[in-house]
Amino acid sequence: MTELLVGTKKGLFKLEGEAGNGGFEVTARAFAGQSVEYAMRDPRTGRYLASVTSWFYGPKIWVADDPAGEWQQTEGAVLPEGDEQALERIWVIVPGETDGVLYAGGDPGPLFESRDGGLTWSLNRGLWDHPTRGDWGPGAGGLCLHTIAPWPGDPEKLLVAISAVGVWLSDDAGKTWRHSNTGIVPEYVPDDARDNPIQHCVHDVRRAPGRPERLFMQFHGGVYRSDDGGATWVDVGEGLPSDFGFPVVVDPADPDSAYVIPLIGAEDRTTPGGTVQVWETRDAGASWTARGDGLPASDAYLTVLREAFDSHGEGESLELYFGATSGEVFGSGDAGASWAQVADHLPPVYSVRTA
Amino acid sequence: MARVMLRAPLSELCGGRSHELEGDTVLDVLAALERANPPIAGWVLDEQGRIRAHVNVFVNGTAGNGRTRVGETDQVYVLPAITGG
Repeated sequence: MTELLVGTKKGLFKLEGEAGNGGFEVTARAFAGQSVEYAMRDPRTGRYLASVTSWFYGPKIWVADDPAGEWQQTEGAVLPEGDEQALERIWVIVPGETDGVLYAGGDPGPLFESRDGGLTWSLNRGLWDHPTRGDWGPGAGGLCLHTIAPWPGDPEKLLVAISAVGVWLSDDAGKTWRHSNTGIVPEYVPDDARDNPIQHCVHDVRRAPGRPERLFMQFHGGVYRSDDGGATWVDVGEGLPSDFGFPVVVDPADPDSAYVIPLIGAEDRTTPGGTVQVWETRDAGASWTARGDGLPASDAYLTVLREAFDSHGEGESLELYFGATSGEVFGSGDAGASWAQVADHLPPVYSVRTA
Repeated sequence: MARVMLRAPLSELCGGRSHELEGDTVLDVLAALERANPPIAGWVLDEQGRIRAHVNVFVNGTAGNGRTRVGETDQVYVLPAITGG
């Protein structure tokens, strides 16, 4: 039985079903009418965490032991008093490498840290107070810190990504940060404006857990790979039908693997030609193969957002799940070889995470 | 003291619909509401002390804002705006 946490424009949905079979069941709904940008289950504690933005009452992080039961509001995920800005939303929540530690990223670019399993949060001042912050600019989705990639086994090393600023690295558990966008080409600015090192609209980054120095990135224009922990990046998007897309996923068993869902250009952002396909590489981006058996093949113009694609398991039984803003969720139980629709008629899907 | 009137979910966070609070302006009494009811912190006012964009306030039936003056017998209604998506 696989559990999916689906964050939508109208609440959190917990879906349960068997990998490889369509028709997952909605077994819980929470935060009706509110935007749930992200929800996850901490595998260390079993606790559920959700980032929820009320249209009226602002963004908050909530925790629960049972998503169908009582949710508890957490404390501390706010910006410093006296600043001009208020927190707009929380985009992502990720377990750290130390017991009890979690990280959350949001808009306008804050990184929060919890040391008690998510009950209380504090702002990471190293990144917030970085002298370049006044030069950070937002993408279409806001100034969002959407990617947090700890280094397996080393709590000192962290990678985060902010759109449209770029990749940041820390080697001291977040005390100090350096930007790291070498090799990424922001083609959306003129040639003579590309030497600005922090104008990079990174959409998503995933680390290969078995080879932590390897990362894959879906950029605003291009798919990139790093083999040195994010210090430098090379374009590996040749062969894809579009260089635009939002999420990227990896197979934990294979550091040469990555999955992306190309969308046509920044101006359209829908599946190319009305055909829904997930594209897979098993040679670190040297070549890409379409995986669409069971996915809509015509007249399907879907948009899949950056947090709406996730995996469970590994190898030949790798499960893959993604959701669309049109309310469908699709799944594969065989590493993308075949697909089935596991949910339909949900509100616009913002995030999908397996638990 | 001004009387602040709330609806759910704010009334649930504050343990009731009606709250008598000191203050010269709407912002004053909403800040007093937060101090007296910590669970509501961040709901009506953001962390910079501003009324959230999609929260409306009415003083004795007239739309107001944070600077609107309130007197001893005034009623301040806090309501979600007619917005959403």
